[in-house]
Amino acid sequence: MSLIQFTDKGLYCPVGDFYIDPWRPVQRAVITHAHSDHARWGSARYLSHHLSKGMLRQRLGQDIALQTIGWEEPLRIHDVELMLFPAGHIVGSSMVRVAAHGETWLITGDYKLEDDGLSTAWQPVNCTHMVTECTFGLPIYQWQPQQQVYNDMCTWVTQNHQQQYTSVFYAYSLGKAQRIQRALAATGLRIWLHGAIANANEALKADGIVLPECHRITADTSKADIEGQIVIAPPSAAGSSWLKKAGRYRDANCSGWMQVRGNKRRNNSDAGFVLSDHADWPSLLQAVQLCGAEKVYSTHGFTDSFSRYLQEEKNIWSEAVQTQYGGEEDAPETTGGAA
Amino acid sequence: MKAFAQLVQQVGSSTKTNEKLQALLQYFNTADDADKVWTIAIFSGRRPKRFVNTRMLTDCCIELTQTPAWLFEECYHTVGDFAETIALLATQKNTAAIQQALPSLSQLIASFISLQKTDEETRKAFVVSHWQHMDFDACFVFNKLITGGFRIGVSQQTMVNALQKATGIDASVLAHRISGNWDPSNTSFTELILSGDTTADSSKPYPFYLAYPLAAEPESLGPIADWQVEWKWDGIRGQVIVRDALYIWSRGEELLTDYLPEFHGWEKLLPPGTVLDGEIVALLPNANSIPEHIGPFAQLQTRINRKLVSKKLLQQSPVGFIAYDVLEWKGEDIRQTPLSERRPLLEQLLQEHPLPGLFKSPVVTADNWETLTEQRRYSRDQKAEGLMLKRCNSVYQTGRKVGDWWKWKIEPLTIDAVMIYAQKGHGRRSNLYTDYTFAVRDGDKLVSFTKAYSGLTDKEFAEVDAFVKKHAIEKFGPVRTVKPELVFEIAFEGIAASNRHKSGVALRFPRINRWRKDKPASEINTLDDLKQLLQQYGNSSSK
Repeated sequence: MSLIQFTDKGLYCPVGDFYIDPWRPVQRAVITHAHSDHARWGSARYLSHHLSKGMLRQRLGQDIALQTIGWEEPLRIHDVELMLFPAGHIVGSSMVRVAAHGETWLITGDYKLEDDGLSTAWQPVNCTHMVTECTFGLPIYQWQPQQQVYNDMCTWVTQNHQQQYTSVFYAYSLGKAQRIQRALAATGLRIWLHGAIANANEALKADGIVLPECHRITADTSKADIEGQIVIAPPSAAGSSWLKKAGRYRDANCSGWMQVRGNKRRNNSDAGFVLSDHADWPSLLQAVQLCGAEKVYSTHGFTDSFSRYLQEEKNIWSEAVQTQYGGEEDAPETTGGAA
Repeated sequence: MKAFAQLVQQVGSSTKTNEKLQALLQYFNTADDADKVWTIAIFSGRRPKRFVNTRMLTDCCIELTQTPAWLFEECYHTVGDFAETIALLATQKNTAAIQQALPSLSQLIASFISLQKTDEETRKAFVVSHWQHMDFDACFVFNKLITGGFRIGVSQQTMVNALQKATGIDASVLAHRISGNWDPSNTSFTELILSGDTTADSSKPYPFYLAYPLAAEPESLGPIADWQVEWKWDGIRGQVIVRDALYIWSRGEELLTDYLPEFHGWEKLLPPGTVLDGEIVALLPNANSIPEHIGPFAQLQTRINRKLVSKKLLQQSPVGFIAYDVLEWKGEDIRQTPLSERRPLLEQLLQEHPLPGLFKSPVVTADNWETLTEQRRYSRDQKAEGLMLKRCNSVYQTGRKVGDWWKWKIEPLTIDAVMIYAQKGHGRRSNLYTDYTFAVRDGDKLVSFTKAYSGLTDKEFAEVDAFVKKHAIEKFGPVRTVKPELVFEIAFEGIAASNRHKSGVALRFPRINRWRKDKPASEINTLDDLKQLLQQYGNSSSK
């Protein structure tokens, strides 16, 4: 019997009788991170990292039965040893290592290798079996070093400010939004947040995360306060009347999908910055190599290509697995997300 | 090269015409003259001759990046643009590490030209060494330059407007100066734009005046007596120039003279200094009058882009010219003369010089808009797509202008069909399934009969894309066979018999009219319905 099984409810560990990021309600769910395609409502008991506590309660309900643990703290569940390792995707995001009967499985959830200074930095984890995401599993997806992208973003914002335009960024409220805040703090301009993002900031601050000073847009905020400054809002705000508050503005998406011109143009935004919280192609290959897995299962993204490449070019056994991850924030059509 | 790459990036990513104009203006104010000439050439559809083909470039990229061929293909289908795919795969992502300065645009193109005569290895080495010193923007533009297809988000009109701002010369004069036959390698900016010396070039066409579709009721145009009405012919808009020799230009500013041997000799039969605006149409063999002897558009397509026109083809698929305007008369540019005075000159000319294959576009008369509306319904019988309305006192303007010329097309033909195949699109539709093949029913079978790429909103495309991803049955390379479930109304302008298509018909300008969510696939039209349309409207002349 395999240590991890791919079932219609999600990834299941029969020996420990728990699921990892299930998409249907179960008795016991281990959650890699608080994005909605991984952390779903309705399970009886949840387990996650300490740093996901605030966000999970805010999203799944204050009264959920939630146990949290730290990085590399072994937890015994029946015959299984479970441990969390930092995934570097967003604050609190974890890779789950499950070991029993001589097999060691690593379920990555979403991850990136570059240290963004907010999420605890990714580190390699030895395993025999790896279940990896591959949202950007094609070699056309290779990211620039983040500081170059931040510089471009700051230049754009400063130019807008000089021409008296507000800079509006669309970003998923948990993860990308905070990364943008940190990147733009260097401009010295005021950063205004949509309520959903301000809420996420508060939950993160409660968990001890330090964020630059930002301001919540409320009914009382006037246009004059915002104009020429920076606004960060969820993608759903694009084109809505809520944006009237921003006055004259230019808008931008920040996502790995912005790598391809077609996606950028489809968005009809003024700018698109290639800033992703997912591993790019070289990072995916590097992660597989560093973790030393014999068997690699690829989930959500360009799974077929990635698995075929591992098989044919790297001589690593690999197979694509259907999951229901890669929902709202990973789809190219809902931009500004965690991608 | 850097400045040009930046310009392309700016005009390609901006969604606002004014920002594009500013970017162009900035470029024209600062760039080197030789680069400006090449920029004008490229943005008006002239491009340097290719010295590599896509296969060579694919090989270069695969070797340089160690990408397996199948993976390169996957990437290409996801990106939907060849030049971009290579730029994404082959360039350094850490731009801080790129040191070497790039040659200027004109220097680069000069190298392209000198490479024409070298061997394949030299050309490949040139390409690869450039890729290695370029960031994405530069590499993308470089690849566009060496592969040809340079379609970026800027119209010729916008470029001409920017040139007007930069030079103070009137836009319509500039449009004329940059038209026709000039070689960017040996034309200076002064000759081309500032002094307009190349206007003396006898092949030079006038910029075409284009009509807008009529959206309002015709009554809103005022009294019908103020308007000259003609049929809207279904061919290729063209300009016949008789000066020292004969030149025939298409609306796309392609010189078609060589493709149209029927018209050769007109330079001796028409008075020198004559320029006619009109429509190049397909004719039936031995045609001597219109509209009876106009052939189907599909037949015209067999003639275009085939320089060696065989005797057989010439006999089977002759072409003619329906003249509707005269722009130059006895060597004089008469575009500022009102249409009401140009028309009699046209009639006089054609009467004095009757030539086989040269026809006059007849004027359609009606006492009031109501009668005209009635006549328009019979456009298809006239082998026309509708009517053209031209204000009698209008001058011949430059480009697409609102007000004096309107095209008033008839409703398209439609048929309900089911989608059976889907493929990812290109450009702004990359990575989305937006190119579809449709079928009609024939007994229990489905017969594919057309492809269509346009007509849905972005939201609808996203919805169909999700359906395809979920309901793909089989893969054939980039093509997905999908469950025949989604029904669409396909609109088209014409129908002709074709032995190249399984269904036996070829449609003219097919597109999706609307998504028939109300209709199950069991109720779509049949092959017999299509054949009936063919009998009713098809020009059964072709084979």
